[in-house]
Amino acid sequence: MLDIGLNHYMVLSALVFALGLLCMVTKRNAIGILIGVELVLNAANINLVAFSRYQTGAGDGHIVAVFIILLAAAEAAIGIAIFMNFYNTLATIDVDRGDELRH
Amino acid sequence: MNSPVEAISFYVFAAVTLGSAVGIVLSKNIVRAATCLLGTLGGVACLYFVLHANLLAAIQLIVYAGGTLILIVFGVMLTSKSPWAQFSPTRGQVAAAVVVAAMLAFSMCSLMLSADWSRPSGSLLESPKVAEVGKMLLTDYLVPFEVASVILLVVMIGAAYLARPEK
Repeated sequence: MLDIGLNHYMVLSALVFALGLLCMVTKRNAIGILIGVELVLNAANINLVAFSRYQTGAGDGHIVAVFIILLAAAEAAIGIAIFMNFYNTLATIDVDRGDELRH
Repeated sequence: MNSPVEAISFYVFAAVTLGSAVGIVLSKNIVRAATCLLGTLGGVACLYFVLHANLLAAIQLIVYAGGTLILIVFGVMLTSKSPWAQFSPTRGQVAAAVVVAAMLAFSMCSLMLSADWSRPSGSLLESPKVAEVGKMLLTDYLVPFEVASVILLVVMIGAAYLARPEK
């Protein structure tokens, strides 16, 4: 119980991943979906760092995690720019309303 | 194998992370969800400290908690007439989503716990130092590093173009 190992981190990351997925599919607010994506990416990062500590002992996992954080920031910036256009066009942020390609 | 302080801090920060993640899923209000996201990101950053990934923990706090979260809060403020506006999914959708997520969590846990890893779960290794990670970033991973800088430039231009005011 007190001996923390890889298994503990894997269970934690699986739970965070599932919660992120749940957030992505149950939120109808576009920003809420973006928050769910951030949770999923964080779950992947926890696994990468835990495997680096308990399995490989090399820095590769850390570097991949850095790139994931970078891409998550890029994705959030582009996503919010798209959502602002969405909001300007439809005057709502409810993703269920965005069901047409042209307005 | 590892000190009880490490075990206790793991449980505390894991509880913070999971509790805030549950808060994100349960909160109907998007401002509360964004606030809970701060708890999750902070908890994960502390877990990185527990895992001796100091550089990554600092990057997590600076880029995620300092940058991405601010961006999300700005997004919330710019895209709602009232920040308390809420749209809820139907009961059936929520039930189906909970069933799928629970099945996914259970199958991922059982798969990863039953897998035959090369080392036992509790075997601790020397963790890479910040200087080593920095050196790898500028030698072995130089090409991805440069590609990442190009991606950041593209994202900066693209976001500014997409969010420009209407003519």
